[in-house]
Amino acid sequence: MTRQLLEGAEAIAEAGIAAGCRFFAGYPMTPFTEVLEHFAKKLPAVGGTCINAESELEAVGMAWGAAATGARAATGSCGQGLALMQESFSELVRAELPLVILNMARGQGDYFQTTRGGGHGDYRIPSLAPMDLREAVELTQLAFHLADKWRNPVILYGDYLIAHTWESVEVPPLDFGALPPKEWASTGERRGRGGSRMVSSLGMRRGGEAMSDVEEFWKLLSKKSQRIAAEEPRFEAGFTEGAELVVVAFGTAARFARYAVQQLRQEGVPVGYVRPITLWPFPSEGVRRAAAGARKVAVFELNAGQMLDDVRLAVMERAEVSFIGGISTDRSQFGVGALLDTELIRQRILCALRGEEIPS
Amino acid sequence: MSAETILRTDAPPAEPARRIAPTSPALLLSEEHSLCPGCGEPLAVRMLLEALEETPGLKGAIGVVGIGCYTTFTRTMDVDAIQALHGRAPSLATGAKRMRPESLVFTLQGDGDMVNEGLQEVLHAAARGESVTCVLLNNGVFGETGGHMTATTVLGQRTKNSLEGRDPGYHGYPILIGDLIARLEGATYVARGSVHDAKGVARTKRMLKRAFASQQQGLGFSFVEVLTMCPTGWFIPTAEGPGYLDRVLGSVHITGELKRDGRVTPTEELRAENEKLAGERFGE
Repeated sequence: MTRQLLEGAEAIAEAGIAAGCRFFAGYPMTPFTEVLEHFAKKLPAVGGTCINAESELEAVGMAWGAAATGARAATGSCGQGLALMQESFSELVRAELPLVILNMARGQGDYFQTTRGGGHGDYRIPSLAPMDLREAVELTQLAFHLADKWRNPVILYGDYLIAHTWESVEVPPLDFGALPPKEWASTGERRGRGGSRMVSSLGMRRGGEAMSDVEEFWKLLSKKSQRIAAEEPRFEAGFTEGAELVVVAFGTAARFARYAVQQLRQEGVPVGYVRPITLWPFPSEGVRRAAAGARKVAVFELNAGQMLDDVRLAVMERAEVSFIGGISTDRSQFGVGALLDTELIRQRILCALRGEEIPS
Repeated sequence: MSAETILRTDAPPAEPARRIAPTSPALLLSEEHSLCPGCGEPLAVRMLLEALEETPGLKGAIGVVGIGCYTTFTRTMDVDAIQALHGRAPSLATGAKRMRPESLVFTLQGDGDMVNEGLQEVLHAAARGESVTCVLLNNGVFGETGGHMTATTVLGQRTKNSLEGRDPGYHGYPILIGDLIARLEGATYVARGSVHDAKGVARTKRMLKRAFASQQQGLGFSFVEVLTMCPTGWFIPTAEGPGYLDRVLGSVHITGELKRDGRVTPTEELRAENEKLAGERFGE
């Protein structure tokens, strides 16, 4: 395996194909468009299909149909397109279908969307937030594995920087372990009387089987969500030993915040960081442990303060939580704003440490 | 069939009725259903399953089912199925067919599902020439919610939200979906049947078989619309359902093969053919 200089969108498409994705459908929208372009270019060569759908509604529908036959399938968009797909996402959770959603969001304002969602009913969708391309390649493949493992949609939360930064990366196929065969899939095969399969949001079933009791079924799904919440949180932490203040940041913003923390530590300032890699399940335990010895916790995210809620719930007043991020975007609204600046982040971390007001 | 074999109905039978052949398609797991008396959907679904069974060279099938009264048949149809959201069956069918090209893929949708909520889906699937068969059960009302106006409700038809009848100035005009789809290049076989009488039922089955054969031959998108009775949603006595269908829906949504071998049939031609068929006895 050799390193290649790839744009993020292409690296993600390559990673998806390496993970066995054979169906992709999407609707162009910046900064996601190039992910669709690369799937369109690459999938036919491996016997797959990529469809330029008529809308995000149909894109998620097509991927749903492909996933229901047992194929590894994905769709994607940015937060605006994902807003349209919400009804399908919540229904896909109840249909227990594995689907990967590649969200190249316009910045970090869609944290609530990715961790709470806007669909109907009780449902949860794991969301993975890579910091750079190396991690995007790994997490894209992990997303396909987790989707199959839990029979649940999984979101990759990227952004403009993930989709459009060129980095030197390797895209090796990654093995995350064995998975059970997809005995539930509606493949169309004839299996004898009563052998047909029904993929439904009222519970997978065989021909002639009565639908499950809705209340019992929803309780089972809720138990599955609880298991995902217990088993799948991922995070990275650094310099927490002896830190008086711990910075919490996710995605590409965390790459800048981490650098600022590294610099400050070299100068002897007692700060550390913790970076949630899974936004849901939120690594509450990881954040709590990272902040265990600290007086203060500072949340840096490029929005009005969304992950802030999850950090507060994790820390539970054991330390003072302040917000050092904020809305910051370019004129095109793609979320690459002036706050993505290690010098500014560094100043804000120092302000939080000293208890001074954060400059707006 | 000769004249002698036609059952005499003007006198009591000489001997009690007895079953001389299997009456249930093998793909139907139970003949019981939970729909209203006089509903046309069980008939239409049964014709669909019979047509499927009789499709030559069938390797497998996947049905994508929308949301309406007919959704209940997912419990008794012995066919691999995928439950779609309201209106979204054609996109799911697209993904399924692309991944399983050897399987025959069809959708089962109502007029509220297909023509209201999911109009864009079926039109684009047709325009793409997607190799699937979309089946519409059209009764001109939302049956499941209790008789509300849909996009196919004909002018003057009374529904729960057009109490004085559909008024074009207030409610707009119905969409003749089969006619619309027939005009799209990617659609190769488009037909509209009806289950209001035995002739219509048999004709509907022939249409479904031709649509499935068209898909098997890889000719493109195929579409069968079936006019079905909904006496509950029409607020009429059960026995008046077939007549109402023929008179009210059938005079606007004209039955027949709207497109065959790539040729769109002019409506006048369909009317003339229907008049000719009306003069023939069933079985002739």
